[in-house]
Amino acid sequence: MDWDWNFVREIMPTLIQGVKITILATVLGSILAAIVGLGIALARRSENRLVARSVGWFAEFIRGTPLLVQLYFIFYVLPDIGILLPPLVAGVIGLGLHYGTYTAEVYRAGIDNVPRGQWEAAKACNLSGRHTWTHIILPQAIPPMIPALANYFIAMFKETPLLSAITVLELMNQAKSVANTYYRYIEPMTLVGAFFLVISLCSVVLLRWLEHRYGRIER
Amino acid sequence: MPAPIIKVDAISKSFGAFKVLDGLSMQVMPGEKLALIGPSGSGKTTILRILMTLEKIDGGHIQVDGEQLYHMERNGQLQPADERHLAKMRQKIGMVFQLFNLFPHKCVMDNVTLAPMLTKGLARTAAEKRAMELLDMVGLADKAKAMPAQLSGGQKQRVAIARALALSPKIMLFDEVTSALDPELVEEVLNVMRKLAAETDMTMLLVTHEMGFAHDFADRVLFFDRGRIVEEGKPDEIFRHPKQERTQSFLKKIIAAGHRV
Repeated sequence: MDWDWNFVREIMPTLIQGVKITILATVLGSILAAIVGLGIALARRSENRLVARSVGWFAEFIRGTPLLVQLYFIFYVLPDIGILLPPLVAGVIGLGLHYGTYTAEVYRAGIDNVPRGQWEAAKACNLSGRHTWTHIILPQAIPPMIPALANYFIAMFKETPLLSAITVLELMNQAKSVANTYYRYIEPMTLVGAFFLVISLCSVVLLRWLEHRYGRIER
Repeated sequence: MPAPIIKVDAISKSFGAFKVLDGLSMQVMPGEKLALIGPSGSGKTTILRILMTLEKIDGGHIQVDGEQLYHMERNGQLQPADERHLAKMRQKIGMVFQLFNLFPHKCVMDNVTLAPMLTKGLARTAAEKRAMELLDMVGLADKAKAMPAQLSGGQKQRVAIARALALSPKIMLFDEVTSALDPELVEEVLNVMRKLAAETDMTMLLVTHEMGFAHDFADRVLFFDRGRIVEEGKPDEIFRHPKQERTQSFLKKIIAAGHRV
């Protein structure tokens, strides 16, 4: 078994197509996870017990089941009830929901870390509940949790090959298809690993910078 | 004789099994300067926090500026107040906290202008003009662009006073506002409060351990113990000739701890 550079050159454009989809899915999934996580964290603090409870159970349910199963459900089962989603959309929803239940915990910790005095000062200033969240609590809660959020996004990035199971043409799927066409696995799979490694390493550098930039807050 | 601006009627409040306020009643006249003193856990801070709606009450009634604070009258009956009513009542009251509670992510100017812009719909220019007057009054006009972390404790507390004043409350509550300060910074905050008392007719309630300041500043002193007002009177009566045994022993302890009366 020997390494064939000509084959590498031949399959590179296909793999790069895959990398683009992988990155797109990660970015969109991260955005969705950030929004879903905030939504869950806020709903769990709701004064309406029913809302708080049911969202809590929903989050536990999502966290307690494998992402792969959820992806199958969204892509292959939902059409049975008339919801037909393109593969990438289904994949992004799966990633966003699944990781949203994890980022919700990050939000919760971030919100809990804002001192009680800030809530009280906001009340003494007669700010409404909405203004207290948007102007006082979240602007203080979010910067320190950006590194933890970014950590989850990197983890999500490394899970995107699961999307190949629902026919998303991301990196892993492209590599599998060229490998199956030419019966050569060493180059495509090595390149998949290399792509993930390089992007992860770059992300870690970015993460360190984020930690340095946002990890602390001056009081 | 004018009507009281605050009427507290048989308020009770417990934290778990601990009864902080036990049927407390008191009245405050408009423009009055009131000092609340007493041992920790006596309920003096709790009543301020209740007036600011930071704590719920278990029983009793409070009237502020002629209106029920925790109740609304509907069809001639008193019902628990909703958030809208509480928000309306909060406009009448401002509070300054022991630990300042400035918004650390906003500069001094934004700390002062935020609430007037959000709650009263003031335009930025108008809010900043008013804020500069207030910062000037507390002697910090040159710190408008500073972040709270760059200020000393005394400066932070003076900003907090300006922030509370920006909403033009009728009543100001001061909760041990010098307790967290280094001794040399206490006076600059007390000076601002003296100035405020001299220049406005605002009603002021302060919880304090600064007995000397309470003596000079207050029109009336209330001594709290175990959730009740044990003794009240003019500062001279309370500090020089306390009648109740509990007041005497409290003042003796305070003086022994090095506080000047």
